[in-house]
Amino acid sequence: MSKKSEVIEREEVVIRFSGDSGDGMQLTGTLFSDTAALFGNDLSTFPDYPAEIRAPQGTVGGVSGFQVHLGHSEINTPGDFSDVLVAMNPAAIKANAKWIKEGGTIIFDKDNFTEKNIEKAGYLKDPLKEEKLDSYNIIDAPISSMVKEALKDFGLDPKSVLRTKNMFALGMVYWLFDRKLDYTEEYFEKKFKGKPGIADANKVALRAGYYYAETIEALRPVYKINPAQIAKGTYRNISGNASTAWGFMAAAEKAGLDLFIGSYPITPATGILEELAARKDLGVISFQAEDEIAGICTALGASFAGKLAITSTSGPGLALKSEAIGLAVMAELPIVVVNVQRGGPSTGLPTKTEQADLMQALYGRNGECPVVVIAASTPSDCFNFAFEAARIALEHMTPVLLLTDSYLANGTEPWRIPSMKDLPEIKPPFADKTEIPFLPYKRDEEKLSRFWAVPGIPGLEHRIGGLEKTIKGTVSYVPENHELMVNLRAEKVARVVNEIPDLVVHGPQSGDVLVVGWGGSFGYLITAVRELQAEGHKVSLVNFNYINPLPKNVKDVFKRFKKIVVCELNLGQFADYLRIKHQEFKYDQINKVQGVPFTTNDIKEKCIKMLEE
Amino acid sequence: MADTVETKYTAKDFKSDQEVRWCPGCGDHAVLSSVQRALADMGIPKEKFAFISGIGCSSRFPYYMDTYGFHSIHGRASAIASGVKTANPDLSVWQITGDGDALAIGGNHFIHAIRRNIDINIILFNNEIYGLTKGQYSPTSTKGLVTKTSPFGTVEEPFSVGELVIGAKGKFFARTVDTNIALSTQIYSEAAKHNGTSVIEVLQNCVIFNDGIHDVVADKEVRDDRTVILKHGQPMIFGKNGDKGLILEGLKLKVVTIGENGITKDKILVHDAVEPNPGIQYMLANMRYPEYPVALGVIRSVESVTYDKSLHNQINELKKSSKIKCMDDLLMSGSTWNVD
Repeated sequence: MSKKSEVIEREEVVIRFSGDSGDGMQLTGTLFSDTAALFGNDLSTFPDYPAEIRAPQGTVGGVSGFQVHLGHSEINTPGDFSDVLVAMNPAAIKANAKWIKEGGTIIFDKDNFTEKNIEKAGYLKDPLKEEKLDSYNIIDAPISSMVKEALKDFGLDPKSVLRTKNMFALGMVYWLFDRKLDYTEEYFEKKFKGKPGIADANKVALRAGYYYAETIEALRPVYKINPAQIAKGTYRNISGNASTAWGFMAAAEKAGLDLFIGSYPITPATGILEELAARKDLGVISFQAEDEIAGICTALGASFAGKLAITSTSGPGLALKSEAIGLAVMAELPIVVVNVQRGGPSTGLPTKTEQADLMQALYGRNGECPVVVIAASTPSDCFNFAFEAARIALEHMTPVLLLTDSYLANGTEPWRIPSMKDLPEIKPPFADKTEIPFLPYKRDEEKLSRFWAVPGIPGLEHRIGGLEKTIKGTVSYVPENHELMVNLRAEKVARVVNEIPDLVVHGPQSGDVLVVGWGGSFGYLITAVRELQAEGHKVSLVNFNYINPLPKNVKDVFKRFKKIVVCELNLGQFADYLRIKHQEFKYDQINKVQGVPFTTNDIKEKCIKMLEE
Repeated sequence: MADTVETKYTAKDFKSDQEVRWCPGCGDHAVLSSVQRALADMGIPKEKFAFISGIGCSSRFPYYMDTYGFHSIHGRASAIASGVKTANPDLSVWQITGDGDALAIGGNHFIHAIRRNIDINIILFNNEIYGLTKGQYSPTSTKGLVTKTSPFGTVEEPFSVGELVIGAKGKFFARTVDTNIALSTQIYSEAAKHNGTSVIEVLQNCVIFNDGIHDVVADKEVRDDRTVILKHGQPMIFGKNGDKGLILEGLKLKVVTIGENGITKDKILVHDAVEPNPGIQYMLANMRYPEYPVALGVIRSVESVTYDKSLHNQINELKKSSKIKCMDDLLMSGSTWNVD
């Protein structure tokens, strides 16, 4: 669209859009990410918003942010520090000051830096000076007055006019990164179909921002990030919650079953229920229950009735579902419980990320009550692990707990779309219709799973339930029978190990430090470990996706490293678990419980210290 | 309701091989027997029945039925039964529950199942006491009842099952007495035929912890005078001599005697169970002795679209109209791009 004097090619760049929770920062970030993805950059995003839908305007608590990290090479995290911060108000400076790269660019809406707003954000007079940011590349754009001017002939009310401020800012950022506007303009046309006035107003604001940036040429230098070298194929952007939902649908199709979701809305897991509720065209039966308990209980009823049944929740909801998970263990029915972890305990930090529900997932039930526990590690691989959770549940007749987290759920990344023909078939152990009478707790010799006799089949009528039973399904208080059944249920879950892949070592197979992670911190850990490797350190990474049972080769991998450091967003739950399961090793820990992911530096600094010791 | 076919069963076909372990003299035995009789004549293939229960004495019921059965956890039977029926509307789903299971720990699931009008049949054994935990008061215990956890009498107002059902937008409510097998069998058949949540309150005797609690109305000697068996389209007449009836006086029901004070048979209220406005049905469900006879029979039976049917209609319509027919279609939908 325009010529630019100074263009710098960069491998990667981090941009953070930040403003009041009503400023539309999530949409702005998403549109920018989609445009970058279509251009062919690899990227990773991280929305970061307050729990309050509209927290008090102008306060730090009400700041909503969206960070995107894009690059020419592989991107595994949304980035630690931003090269460009878009701040719609002084509170956005306050919330992000320590996360701006030294000498970075700060674009802010000058009109919104009023005395009142400056004070509300906790500054005296000049936020940038007070944060010692005034030597950075500062763009003080009068965004509010510019959109008012640009849209003065549109006949819109002042509120609607100001609502386009984010698009003005987005336009500026597009110019800065040499991006095209067509994807965003098409979005307006679709989104505001039937409201051409609003669509046009947004377009005008977007272009006004773009041309403003060009005119003032203050935005120097212009960054160019070439498309990434990534595998051939068809790609799309996907969030962790969407890919989780899709993984379940894919599993249902591969198993030839209908998918049933019984759930109660809870942040940050609601997206899974919403995604599945919208997919009635693929036969998904979605049931928004009256509470968390009914969520899992309706799913359990559906499982009894022969469906692939799942329930989605977050920490406090998992606590409520505990008793019903116990029933699923006892009844040996397939069910997947997804726990999108958030900051706890109690209501905790509903919109923030944490990995502190591990012990709850493993042990949070009465009695000897083992379930399979697996954890996804990136937004797009939630698809694979949702599929895998469903496969294990169905083929082994067991509840499976799938752990994701707020960071994975809301984060997005480009995803090479799989073809259904490449996914494995799922074969649940349906009962033999001719074997009458049906014995509910007769087991497959190899897997120890019982057989699934679905209501509606003549001759297989039977009763199951939460009381201890004999193989025939008769209630039994016989001491030896109880012990036998407890052992069989434990052994059934333990034998899942025969079907899970070995732990993969990222980097050399032996060395000085083995960084150990699980689930959602993979992106930060791999980024840190690769940097350490590039600096010549003998550091490798393993990231666990299978938590119970653990892969077979853990001991074999661990023994080849001098030190093991377990990194997780809690006080050391996985480290403690490893201490139980593999007592022969000593475990160091890197922990963080701030409701935010690790930074690459968190990991690198501590690893370097360990290497020096 | 499940499809009906020509199948000849007897009550015996629904008896499982399990030894029935309720206390001798417990009202549950009679309920089991009535349900088995009713099922035999419903014309529904045996394999289509699913009995779901919670926790409590009555919740052992599924073990004694030779049908598909799921004995679950305390209070959750409504939710599990809702899941079963929503997953497979072709099944005839029966929930077995008690006053504690359905109205205390499971109150939330109970009212929401009813509100949604899921096509399940709920048999609520009301003995006004916790039996399995050996004698504590329940949400239906009369105020003042002395039990192990209310040694000085309860200070709580009890729930009336019918009031709760109607308050939760219930479309079918019936009441029977455990020992009245003929009436019970008939009510279970009507509940099965009704599309939507059917709640049947059974006045059931706990022979150990609350023995005789319903005798004041259910005992053979007095029941004709102290209960009225309602039949749709029939006048509300009761009494040993068939001379008592109910009329509407102002906004209240009133017991009258035919032949006295100018009351003739044609002045007696005719029961309308299918009237959507629950006004009179609500008053009937709440009649208490000694002011009134206790109403038995089908008090309310209003047809309305069910949750399971509506949901599956939506699914079927969207399956037809959507361009997305399989996962590959969905995966490739929306914004995608190629890397060559």
